[in-house]
Amino acid sequence: MTLRTYIVSRILLTIPMIFILLTTVFLIMRVLPGDPVLLHFEKMEDPALIAAMRVRLGLDKPLLMQYFDYLFGLFRGDLGKSMQDYSSIGQQIFAAFPATLELAIFSMLIAILIGIFLGVESSKAYNSPKDHLIRVFGIVTYAIPVFFLGMILQMIFGIGLHWLPVGGRTYQNMVPTGLNVGPVHFSTGLYTVDSILEGNILKLGTALKYLFLPSLTLGLVLCGIFIRLTRSNMFETLRLDFVTAAKARGLKDSTVTYGYALRNAFLPVLTMMGLQFALLLGGAVLTETTFSWPGLGRYLVDRINFRDYTAIQGVVVVFGLFVALVSLAIDLLYAYLDPRIRL
Amino acid sequence: MTQTKIRRSILSQLIPGITSLAKRGLAGWLVLIGAILTLSIIVLTVVSPWVSPYNPSAINVGHPLLPPTSQYLFGTDDLGRDMFSRVISGGGIMLQVSILSVIVCFIIGVPLGLFSSHTGGVVDKFFNLIMDSVYAFPGLILAIALALVLGRGVINLALSIAVIYIPSYFRVIRSQVLSIKEMPYVEAANAAGAKRRTILARYILPNTIPSIVVVATVNFADAILTAAGLTFIGMGVNATVPDWGWDLSNGRQLLLSGNWWVIAFPGLMIILLALGFTLMGEGLSELLNPRLEQSGE
Repeated sequence: MTLRTYIVSRILLTIPMIFILLTTVFLIMRVLPGDPVLLHFEKMEDPALIAAMRVRLGLDKPLLMQYFDYLFGLFRGDLGKSMQDYSSIGQQIFAAFPATLELAIFSMLIAILIGIFLGVESSKAYNSPKDHLIRVFGIVTYAIPVFFLGMILQMIFGIGLHWLPVGGRTYQNMVPTGLNVGPVHFSTGLYTVDSILEGNILKLGTALKYLFLPSLTLGLVLCGIFIRLTRSNMFETLRLDFVTAAKARGLKDSTVTYGYALRNAFLPVLTMMGLQFALLLGGAVLTETTFSWPGLGRYLVDRINFRDYTAIQGVVVVFGLFVALVSLAIDLLYAYLDPRIRL
Repeated sequence: MTQTKIRRSILSQLIPGITSLAKRGLAGWLVLIGAILTLSIIVLTVVSPWVSPYNPSAINVGHPLLPPTSQYLFGTDDLGRDMFSRVISGGGIMLQVSILSVIVCFIIGVPLGLFSSHTGGVVDKFFNLIMDSVYAFPGLILAIALALVLGRGVINLALSIAVIYIPSYFRVIRSQVLSIKEMPYVEAANAAGAKRRTILARYILPNTIPSIVVVATVNFADAILTAAGLTFIGMGVNATVPDWGWDLSNGRQLLLSGNWWVIAFPGLMIILLALGFTLMGEGLSELLNPRLEQSGE
């Protein structure tokens, strides 16, 4: 199989998965017992009002029609209208998405850095008290509810020491504008990237300060699996001949470990990143709620409080698509980095 | 092979974990500590009505937001409820939900995995695709959607959580069956004309039990954390029964003014319970399935 056929077949495989995903969400939200419009109103409400909402949201049509409306709408990037005020759900999700993306990127980065570092230390000290301690640390981080860890960190670094803010994304007047050259305006919605584009160090610092605790919270909860993976892979790699040879040539221990051995143990970490991404987004919903982080997760929880079923359906779909596309991207990257997959 | 012999072979796989745990190094200790943790929390929850100093739901038992004192060991919350009483009785719903969801996963995931992988062909491909899609979906978000549509209640919450973990059972069973299917003794049973149901129930299922035990313990820990998460964002069973997840959600607002005790103790209990199951799962997987640990799965 050439790289090109692999890429094409992997992309083709994503299509049925996305289709199943979209159908599952539709089945859950519309077909399972429990009429979303009635659920929205909870108590008895004027029947005329209920009927009017059905018509406006297209929920009066037969289910099959609703299904096609939903699929074609998605195809055009239309996620429907909110039950609360008939505003465009797509726009709201588009506005909230960068905050979640930024949190996801930084927490994944923190999880991998902590995971690889502790995993390497653990494998070097195999079966010693240090190794056991690191393993137990990995297990404990797995058992902590992410929102509780978030609150502990808020308590220590925010309320106790006053080092870091306990919530939000930045100060009111510190929102970076992105790149502004004459009439050209470009911004990503990622505050760290936008402040670099704007060339404003102060804004970058502020954005990072706000970003640090939420990403650390989510990163710590995710790092356990990376510790374990790095530990077992490095344990094998460190005993291979090329490592011994490198050591024999008098290279520094850290160069051998991080420069030579780790390079070989990195591909499984990449695969794990893809698998962990779904877990990360679930954790992001809770982390965003804890830190009042204005991303998709907080939007979801906010919509739940308004019993806004159409909006909830939209967010769930976007979360699912996000995971599917990230895992596709990681698989393609993997194929590019690992020539064996082409054979 | 007679029925008793099979039973003995399962036990002989499980018993080393029970008889000489401490001698088995770290893995043995993990199982032992995990079991003690979970059992003591379960016992505490069961006996809590008789041992809790105050009614956990009664308001104005003390002044609101008292820090821990000798009278109110874990302080009081914003409505003057005794946190110590709430902490020892707050695990009830979480335990019910997680036990029920593990049972549901087991009842659906195991037969489905056996059936699908043993049938093979298109049927297997179909179920595998469905299970992979569910597995790839962010679990908590799927559970939120389901819980929202199904409505409140222990059973509905358990069902919503169960759906996200069924694929784990399915996949473990499937991979086991695919390797066991090729074993000489299964081929021999086939050649001897044993019925398919007999082969599945007597020859294949018993061999998958160690892996299922490991998946179930991990599933327990996950179910507890998911239940806590759902309760935290306001999708719990109800607010009238004391619950650690609810206390954490309530305490989030109070934390900003420094009332750490409202969240610290309920949070610690969730950790201990989830940790108990995680430690057991970790230890068991090493004791029952030594290869699993080495491959880093």
